[in-house]
Amino acid sequence: MKSLKIAVAVAGIFTSASVFAQAPLIKIDGSSTVYPITEAVAEEFQKAKKNAIKVTVGISGTGGGFKKFCRGETDISDASRPIVKKEMEACAAAGIKYVELPVAFDALTVVLHPSNTFAANLKPEQLKVMWEPAAQGKITNWKQVDPSFPDLPLKLYGPGADSGTFEYFTEAITGKAKSSRGDYTASEDDNVLVQGVSRDKGGIGYFGFAYYIENAGKLKAAAIWNGKKFVTPSAAVVEDGSYQPLARPIFIYVNAKSLEKPEVKEFIHFYMKHGSKLTQEVKYVQLPANIYKINSEHVDKMKLGTVFGGVPEVGVKIDDLVKREAK
Amino acid sequence: MNADKLQRIRSIILRAKRWDLFFTLLGILSLMVGVLTFTVLFVDMAIQGVPRLNLDFFTSFPSRRAANAGILSAWVGTVLVMLLTALAAVPLGVAAGVYLEEYAPKNWITDIIEINISNLAGIPSIVYGLLALGLFVYYFGFGQSILSAGLTLALLILPVIIVATREAIRAIPQSIHEGSYACGATTWQTVRDHILPYSSAGILTGVIIGMARAIGETAPIITIGALTFIAFLPPAPFSGEPPAGLFDWIFAPFTVMPIQMFNWTSRPEAAFAVNAAAAGFVLVFMTLAMNGLAIYVRYRLRKNIKW
Repeated sequence: MKSLKIAVAVAGIFTSASVFAQAPLIKIDGSSTVYPITEAVAEEFQKAKKNAIKVTVGISGTGGGFKKFCRGETDISDASRPIVKKEMEACAAAGIKYVELPVAFDALTVVLHPSNTFAANLKPEQLKVMWEPAAQGKITNWKQVDPSFPDLPLKLYGPGADSGTFEYFTEAITGKAKSSRGDYTASEDDNVLVQGVSRDKGGIGYFGFAYYIENAGKLKAAAIWNGKKFVTPSAAVVEDGSYQPLARPIFIYVNAKSLEKPEVKEFIHFYMKHGSKLTQEVKYVQLPANIYKINSEHVDKMKLGTVFGGVPEVGVKIDDLVKREAK
Repeated sequence: MNADKLQRIRSIILRAKRWDLFFTLLGILSLMVGVLTFTVLFVDMAIQGVPRLNLDFFTSFPSRRAANAGILSAWVGTVLVMLLTALAAVPLGVAAGVYLEEYAPKNWITDIIEINISNLAGIPSIVYGLLALGLFVYYFGFGQSILSAGLTLALLILPVIIVATREAIRAIPQSIHEGSYACGATTWQTVRDHILPYSSAGILTGVIIGMARAIGETAPIITIGALTFIAFLPPAPFSGEPPAGLFDWIFAPFTVMPIQMFNWTSRPEAAFAVNAAAAGFVLVFMTLAMNGLAIYVRYRLRKNIKW
C-alpha cells in the first residue's frame, strides 16, 4: 500500500499543480428526471461564457446524487424529490449546508391505447384498484376496475422500482411510496413503455409528461380527477396547480460553500433566468415566472435547508412551497 | 458376404449418415442464431445511424438538440481510457504470464494462483467497478478521472492478457527452450531473446481481444462515476496557464461511448435514438477494427517465424 502511495506521488510530479488552477469547474450530479433541464442550462451557460467555466453533469439518480453531494463531491445535486431525513443527516454530519430550489414540474401522465374511450376519465381510487399490491394476480380485467368498463384484459406498464417516477406515483396513488403490485411490465426505459401501451388495446401505463408529448400521436392521456373535476394533463394545468395529485416540483440543491464561488453563483442565476425557457424546450413544465425570481432571492439571501423536513409530500402547491420557512 | 448382411451394413451406414446430416444442420442453426442476431442488430443500427454520420457528429459535444449533438467528448474519452488501460494492463499481464510459465515453481501456491486467474476472468465487471470505486477513486484519491477508469478496465482485462500470454508461450516448441538453456542462457536471456519475440503474435491478439471487451464496458465505468454531459476535452499536454504537465489529462473528468449511447436511448425525442444508433455503429466499428487488427498482426508476425 505504501509503495503504491509513493507511485501516486511520483505520478504527481508529471502532472503540474495547475490541475487545480485550471478553468473553474462546476460539478453537478443526480436525478435523470432533472438531467435534461440541467444539461440544457449547462450547455447554454458554457456557450454564454465562451467555455471559460466548465460544467459537468452526471446521472446517479436522486439518491446517488445526494450521496455524493453530502460527501462534498458535487456543487449541485439534481433531485426529483425533496431531500429525505437520512440524507439530511448525512449532509449535516459532513457539515454540508444547502439551498433548495424548485426548478420545474414533473407531471406523471397516465396513458392509454388511442382506441380506449371508456377510461378517458380516471379517478385516483380506480388507479389504486389497478396498482395496489393487493391487486397482484387478481385485477386482470378492466371490468374488475369499474363495472361500466368493457370485458378487456388489463395490461399494466410502468417504470421499474428504482425510479423516482415509480416512487412518486405509488406515493400519490396507493398512499405509500414503493407500494405497488409487481406483476406489470416494468422498464427503466420509458420508450419501451411507450411502445408497449401504444400496441396494446387494454394497455395502461404511466411515465413523465415529456414522453407523452413526444408520442402524443400514438397514445392517449387519461384525465385525472383532482377532487373537483377531471383534468387532462397539459402544461397549463400543471402550472396552475390543478393537475393533482400527479404533478410534483423537481429541484436542484446547491452546496452553500460552493455558492461562495462566483462561478457557481453565476450559474445558478443563469439557471433561474433561463430556466423557464429551457424547461419548455426540453418538454418539461416550467414553474410560474415569479418562482424563479424568488429562487434567485433565496440564493442571494442564502436561505439554507429544506422546507419539507425530510418527509415526502403529495399535492403541494408551488406558491405555498416557496413561502414556507425552511425547517 | 451375403446380401442380407450387406443390407444391414448399408442401413447402419445410412442411419449414421442421417445423424451426421442432422447434427450438421443443428450446428449450422446454432451458428446462425448468433451470427444472424448480430447481423440483424448491426444492419438495423447501420440503416438507422449511418445517415447521421458526418464530420460534425465527431467534432460536436453533446447537446439537448439531437441534430447538434455529437460524440466528441465520448470518443476522445474512450480513446484516452483505452490508452491508459493498455499502458497498465499489457506490462502487468505479460509479466505475470511470463512469470507463471517460465519462473514459477510448480507447487500448490502456484496452482491456487492459476485457478484464481481463471476465476478472475469470470467475475462480473460491476464487481471490478465497486472495487475501483473504493480503491482508486477514494483511497488513492484519483477521483472520477480517466486514470481511475483506465486502471479499472486494466484490472478487468488482466486475466485475459495473462491467459493469452501463457497460451502463446506454451505454443513455442519445447526444443527452443531447451536449445537456449543448453547454450548456457539464463532464464531471463531465454525469455528476452526467444520466448517474448516468438509469442508476441499470440500476446498481441490477446491484448487486442481484451481491449475490444473493455471498450464496450459500461457498468464499471458508471460505478466509478463517469459523467453524462461533458462539453469540454481533457487538457492537452503542456497546455493551459501556467504550462500544464504532460499527463494532466489523466485526472480529467470524462465520458465514454457506451454511456453517451445509453443516455441517448433513454431520451423522449426520437431523433436521439438515431444519434444512439450512429454512436453504436461507431462503437461496433471500433471493436471490429480492433479485432481485424488483431488478425492482421497475428498473420504478419506469424509469417516471420520459421521453426
